[in-house]
Amino acid sequence: MSNAFRVDALGSVDRDKSLSFTFDGREYTGHPGDTLASALLANGVHHVATSIKYGRPRGIMTAGVEEPNALVQIEFPFPEPMLTATTVELYDGLVARGLSGQGRLSTRPDTARYDTVHAHCDVLVVGAGPAGLAAALTASRAGVRVVVVDELPSPGGSLPGTAPACEWVADVTDELSANSDVQLLRRTTAIGYYDDGLVLALEKRTDHLGAAAPAHVSRQRVWRIRARQVVFATGAYERPIAFDDNDRPGIMLAGSARTYLGRFGVLAGREVVVFTTNDSAYLAATELADAGARVRAVIDARSEVPAHWLDACAARGIEVRAGQAVSGTSGAERITGVRVGDEEIGCDLLLVSGGWNPAVALFSQARGTLRYDGVLGGFVPAGALDTVRTAGAARGVLGSAEVVSDGAEAALGALAALGKTAGEPVALPAVGDAPAGAPGAVLWQVPGSDDAQFVDLQRDQTVADVLRATGAGLTSVEHVKRYTTIGTAHDQGRTSGVLTSGIVAAALGVDIAELGTPRLRPPALPVAFAAFAGRNRGELFDPVRVTSLHRWHVEHGALFENVGQWKRPWYYPVGGETIEEAVLRECRAAREGVGMMDGSTLGKISVQGPDSGELLDRFYTNVMSSLKVGRVRYGVMCGVDGMVFDDGTVLRLAEEEFLVTTTTGNAAKVLDRMEEWLQTEWPDLRVRLTSVTEHWATIPLVGPRSRDVLALVAPTLDVSNAAFGFMTWQDTVVADVPARVARISFSGELAYEINVPAWYAHTVWEALYAAGGPFGITPYGTETMHVLRAEKAYPIIGQDTDGTITPQDLGMSWVVSGKKDEFVGRRSFDRAENRRADRKQLVGLLPVDERTLLPEGAQIIATETVPAPPVPMLGHITSSYRSDALGRTFALALLRGGTRRVGETLYVPLEGRTVAVTVTDPVLYDKEGTRRDG
Amino acid sequence: MQLIACPWCGEREEAEFHYGGQAHVPYPAKPADLDDEQWAQYVFFRDNPKGPFAERWMHAAGCRRWFDALRDTATHQFLSVHRMGEEPRA
Repeated sequence: MSNAFRVDALGSVDRDKSLSFTFDGREYTGHPGDTLASALLANGVHHVATSIKYGRPRGIMTAGVEEPNALVQIEFPFPEPMLTATTVELYDGLVARGLSGQGRLSTRPDTARYDTVHAHCDVLVVGAGPAGLAAALTASRAGVRVVVVDELPSPGGSLPGTAPACEWVADVTDELSANSDVQLLRRTTAIGYYDDGLVLALEKRTDHLGAAAPAHVSRQRVWRIRARQVVFATGAYERPIAFDDNDRPGIMLAGSARTYLGRFGVLAGREVVVFTTNDSAYLAATELADAGARVRAVIDARSEVPAHWLDACAARGIEVRAGQAVSGTSGAERITGVRVGDEEIGCDLLLVSGGWNPAVALFSQARGTLRYDGVLGGFVPAGALDTVRTAGAARGVLGSAEVVSDGAEAALGALAALGKTAGEPVALPAVGDAPAGAPGAVLWQVPGSDDAQFVDLQRDQTVADVLRATGAGLTSVEHVKRYTTIGTAHDQGRTSGVLTSGIVAAALGVDIAELGTPRLRPPALPVAFAAFAGRNRGELFDPVRVTSLHRWHVEHGALFENVGQWKRPWYYPVGGETIEEAVLRECRAAREGVGMMDGSTLGKISVQGPDSGELLDRFYTNVMSSLKVGRVRYGVMCGVDGMVFDDGTVLRLAEEEFLVTTTTGNAAKVLDRMEEWLQTEWPDLRVRLTSVTEHWATIPLVGPRSRDVLALVAPTLDVSNAAFGFMTWQDTVVADVPARVARISFSGELAYEINVPAWYAHTVWEALYAAGGPFGITPYGTETMHVLRAEKAYPIIGQDTDGTITPQDLGMSWVVSGKKDEFVGRRSFDRAENRRADRKQLVGLLPVDERTLLPEGAQIIATETVPAPPVPMLGHITSSYRSDALGRTFALALLRGGTRRVGETLYVPLEGRTVAVTVTDPVLYDKEGTRRDG
Repeated sequence: MQLIACPWCGEREEAEFHYGGQAHVPYPAKPADLDDEQWAQYVFFRDNPKGPFAERWMHAAGCRRWFDALRDTATHQFLSVHRMGEEPRA
């Protein structure tokens, strides 16, 4: 029984070699060159899958990407769900099974490589059938750069496998391959047209090799092809017809049966009925008959059939029934007969042709307009665009010779647009075309039971579903598509789109030409996320930034927090500590002894030039130009809306040079903003901006013993408060390294911020750590930094603010200068909305139960029990911690009219309970600031 | 992915650019002289035409310079690009 349906002398599979494969638990053989579908058909297997909604048996309906039925899951060599058997090239050892609508993702990671390639060319030709090959050859002979993509393993497209056609394809392919300006990409499918000649194409490089695929070759890659001119020679897809039970295994599109016979040497059935509306199916009828099938009848919906086809059928004993239609089918696992009028005709294969739909998806994506062709019964390109044209069957041109000429014509158009002169004309293949025939009939549906007539087989959507959509009042095919999901499965409407339009037009009594067809959006076929991701996965998904001290942190057991792209030490647990225990210990060290942290991620911008002070005055809410060299000032900058944008310290390094620091996450945004205003609003200011974030490592040395530690490692520096006051900086030497040290505190404690060139960070850090040993120096991370600053109510921009908070809302009116007439955002402070007394303001919250830790983001209400919705919300918690210094939990919150509520008891609703909290001033620790000078 | 012609660097992919909204909306010379409505017009209101629109763009992953462009919002087509200060108004 093995390969019982293989026909001698037809097809291009390699019959000298056998490939073993397993489908649904049974072993079969096929040949190199087979698809899984052709190999199954060669073994007489038609029932491949089960439909998702109704559980109906489904077979193989097509021979390519337009397949809506034959869904399979690959189990070996790598589990992959939801592939169509018609597009899986057979390889030895393949294990697959049919699906009932849904597959299963692998539970193991995919170890294959995926890649992205960029290509640029003058002319891109999509499709290497007769039109595409002619276009590519014509373009290449003009000496321009050409890329050709084709989804099949070898060029030729739908050309018959006869000797003259094969020789022509071989000649053209040889000439193209010999031209170094031509790139011919096989197994590559264009999946979308984007702006300005960008076409994305998916190349399957090793899928067809199975387990033998070499690991060093990427499995698939996405080509990003930028073309000056594009020719879509994408062919046409055959259109099915809606009739009762049109979904059984053994019902196939007529052209696909020709493909199985011509390309694979497989006879899809032995007892064949053909149901057609046009001439093209007669080729299938006669070729299958010649290959040994018994063609019982050709049912032609037209009343007139061309004489030469009647003769050809008569010569083979094929009955032609003109003016009739197949109204139903019978069978269980596979079709056993068709109903024509009152008569039943037995068969094991029904071939259907409702005409041909030009493959216009990509042209449509390029904003090409489509026009309905009443003879074709399909939508064709209305005309070429400046840079995009179509050729051959994609343009509704039929007949091999015409298609080849049309391909050459399209290329000549592209060359003319490029201003290039054409070379030698392309020879036509010697293929005998059938005599001129009769036009096809347009038939969408044979009257019957609407709910047994399938339109989109993969989605199990019937004519009844389409009518339900129009009955619900939908009049646009776009809406019907979304209501029914027709055209959203693997085939993206290749088999169902135009058919749906025809049925909707008939139901609504409108002209299909006016109704149109659903827009065909990219990607044109399913693409694995892995292919789109390419190399941008795992560690390469997003850049990871680490400081020059990162290794030390890792070696000392730090856990890390992601802050933007930065990895920052979060806390350093010792001896199995929990985060809570570690942070309490780190906080105590900083408040009572000495701590150190890596603050290198702090954004740093060097501002240089005579107008630097003026620029900063325009951005910051306070005055920076008056800052003396050697001093440091804290500043806040706002948007034009008056809302806090960022904060940080500013060091005046020289008369014409400042160092601005920003929050870690906002560094790029602040620089962007300064550059923007400098270029667009104030181009007259003489200022230059440079990011120096990575140039400097920054080590805050924090706590009452920090002065002692610094004195040990900076013996030339007078660390006394008199000589080195708060908010000043000095250039000095720390651990034999030139350093800039600033008295800046983000904790309220005596603190020094030690800045050294990043190369020396490790040396200086180790020196500080060693010198601090006798004082119990403790490295701490961002969590402790957050607790310490929150105890002092220093806000974190982006955590305690959300773009709707002014400096006044933060209780920082002091940072808003009364002296300056103008700075960015100032005018907004006077807006009525920003002066309301019930604005949300920063307050402290103390849970009445000192152990309760409130979740950040929790809401605040006025009553102990939650009232009926809508619940009046008074604000929310922005920061919440356990404090070692306070011996209790505390929180910061943005609270409506918060300043006036100090002392009130409010409630925080949590799951199933409310927590009573007392509103306090936000500064909970050392309000008098007695600790900053040590 | 569109190609945008940076007036300094030439055609580059749009991913290299930042969009900067409507062009020719200068920061008012004396914000303090504006009433709330005039100020709100500057802060919150921008045109949203269907068709040609004068916009600001910045070549963020290239020369980092701001420039003006006239772009059709219906077709996304760039009708012209101009260096700052050289542009004719829409």
